[in-house]
Amino acid sequence: MYHKEKSIQIKNSASALYNNLSVLRIAPRRLTHFTVVHANMVNMVSASWDGLNYTHRQLQSKEPNVATSTSLIMQAAFCVLPSRDLLVVTSQKGIQMYESDGSIMVYWHALDTPETPTAQAVFARGIAAVYENYICVGVSSGAILVFDVPSKGSNITLSEVLEEHKESITDMASECSGSQECIANLVTADDGGNLCVWKSGEEFQLLNKIPGFDMSCSSVKLWKGTAVAGYGTGQIRLYEAVTGILHAEINAHARWIYSVDIAPFSGLLLSAAEDSLVRVWHMTITPETNSVEVAHLHNECVTDTQICGARFCDGDGYAFAVTGYDLSEIIRYIQS
Amino acid sequence: MSSRTLPLLFINLGGEMLYILDQRLRAQNIPADKAKKVSTIPGWIEADRKRVMNDIITTMFNKKFLEELFKPQELYSKKALRTVFDRLAHASIMRLNQASMDKLYDLMTMAFKYQVLLCPRPKDILLVSFNHMDAIKDFVKDTPSILSQVDETYRQLIEMYTPLSSGEFQLIRQTLLIFFQDMHIRVSIFLKDKVQNSNGRFVLPTSGPVPHGTQVPGLIRMFSCTGEEFTRLKFNNGGNYTTALREGSFDIFGDRVTKLGTNMYSVSRPVETHMSGTSKNSAQHTKVSAAPNPLAKEELNLLARLMGGLEVQKPGNADTGFRISLFATDEEEEEALISRPDELSCGVINIQATKDQQANAELAKIMGEFTESGDQSPSVSNKGDDLLAMMDGL
Repeated sequence: MYHKEKSIQIKNSASALYNNLSVLRIAPRRLTHFTVVHANMVNMVSASWDGLNYTHRQLQSKEPNVATSTSLIMQAAFCVLPSRDLLVVTSQKGIQMYESDGSIMVYWHALDTPETPTAQAVFARGIAAVYENYICVGVSSGAILVFDVPSKGSNITLSEVLEEHKESITDMASECSGSQECIANLVTADDGGNLCVWKSGEEFQLLNKIPGFDMSCSSVKLWKGTAVAGYGTGQIRLYEAVTGILHAEINAHARWIYSVDIAPFSGLLLSAAEDSLVRVWHMTITPETNSVEVAHLHNECVTDTQICGARFCDGDGYAFAVTGYDLSEIIRYIQS
Repeated sequence: MSSRTLPLLFINLGGEMLYILDQRLRAQNIPADKAKKVSTIPGWIEADRKRVMNDIITTMFNKKFLEELFKPQELYSKKALRTVFDRLAHASIMRLNQASMDKLYDLMTMAFKYQVLLCPRPKDILLVSFNHMDAIKDFVKDTPSILSQVDETYRQLIEMYTPLSSGEFQLIRQTLLIFFQDMHIRVSIFLKDKVQNSNGRFVLPTSGPVPHGTQVPGLIRMFSCTGEEFTRLKFNNGGNYTTALREGSFDIFGDRVTKLGTNMYSVSRPVETHMSGTSKNSAQHTKVSAAPNPLAKEELNLLARLMGGLEVQKPGNADTGFRISLFATDEEEEEALISRPDELSCGVINIQATKDQQANAELAKIMGEFTESGDQSPSVSNKGDDLLAMMDGL
């Protein structure tokens, strides 16, 4: 179904972090940006669609105007909003937002880091762009910071702090079907496997809480009102977000899942784990009849690699890319 | 990232270090029957080995040091941690030169990296730590004072780590993996056992038991709105998995189930005796600059030579026996016996005692370089080169 394409080399190897690959397709310029986190750096490579040009850029996590202070980065993700695209980088010190090509930092938000380290780690993790002009970022305390993003410029403001989760945020996702009719448009996940379902607005509204079973949910996506969650046990579960009804449970992987992704136009689902496997599934979701079906389509094994990031490169799922711990390349696959 | 990583890093690396040192110290043990001629030496060696182990373990589990270690903090830098282990390795009478210390540290870190990567669940890192602790406890089982320090550390580990969630353990694991990022040093034992590829990357099997708490992949269950399962689909998981083993014990005592973190050096390996053989040959030609020994590139070999892992020669005649000496007279030797650095015990001295003053002086110079803290040893990154460099320096 898929075959391996030429890999893209990156300047550093990928660190073992959840969801450690972000992809932004820029059709007008016929290129795609990829970001991969290595310790305190974000490796960004922009690949032209003809496969001839690769530009590299590295972003370091540090407070602006402080030459020496660096910290470990937890995640880097592209945020696509109607008016603009931003690259958001979260670390132990705070949250940075850049123009999508990584050229300029437009916003910095510092986390409250204590003077002496506490037993509970402090960091930001979990990034999502939410309709209509919000960027949400999770924090290790369980709080979710909601930023209001103007259509241009750097006048980004913290609009709200949502305090519902009691454990560290792991990942979050906004409704990606493009449908405006979905009631819920954000799902957030934490280290206890709990999912919170929200409706965005001037004040975000909590629609539902789906309890976990003390097993971390490391990656989550929301499509056609269905939350697709990957867990540390290797299971994937599909819940109807607003009601919490469990529609499907997949014993998908033999190790901790690090990434799930959905191709919204085709309903393809991608999952990747520490077990070296990437799996492709197909979901058929009919919200009107409340039916959800999942079928397994394909496996790819990245030998001797613990995968830490996997993403479709386009909305149909024609191609996907994979990163692995200690690997200095982005492996690509395209449909045969 | 996680501020609770350092104790685990330290204890596991320390455990690996003790395995390696113990194995090397044992390898230089002289068989009892051959020691009759020289009655003091073999007993001394056995006592020495125990003393070295006890001294290092006492230092490792020093109350104040552990208090510091268990405080919430970011991981030390690689350099800082290396310094800690340099000091630890020198907490006893044993001395290692720079290159040996490098090799020892490489072995320790690659072994623990392997264990962290292969742990089925992040929480299993705690079981790996307990395996190391169990072995350390066994090393000092005859010394009650140190034993109580070790027991206290068990309690601290249990107190700090057993309440943590799976997500918090994964954060610890991720922090450790960042520390070990891009380390691909090839370790002979791992290469032999085929757990490491020739490019230095570890083999991650897609077979075997799944972690405790995980189901074997291959099943899709779909449910109706009322919660009833209406269909099951199977799929090919692309591997060869079996159901999980029982969970290991997180108590002070118990079966840890996993073998990760147990002593992989305890079984005697053919490669070591082979190394001894070739070392013996090169040692016989001390006056002539030794040809580079291809096995000198084996990591353990360097350490072995310096620790005296060389096989002792069979006595040519009954008198020489195992009376290895660097000194022209017995009196000198006796005096040296009392005050000499213990690490220079018999094994290293697999060089025939000669009456040649020149040779003795040269050998004494080599020994002198062993005793110093290694500051002036040539900085070489090639395995096996340092001994040769020392020879060249004569």
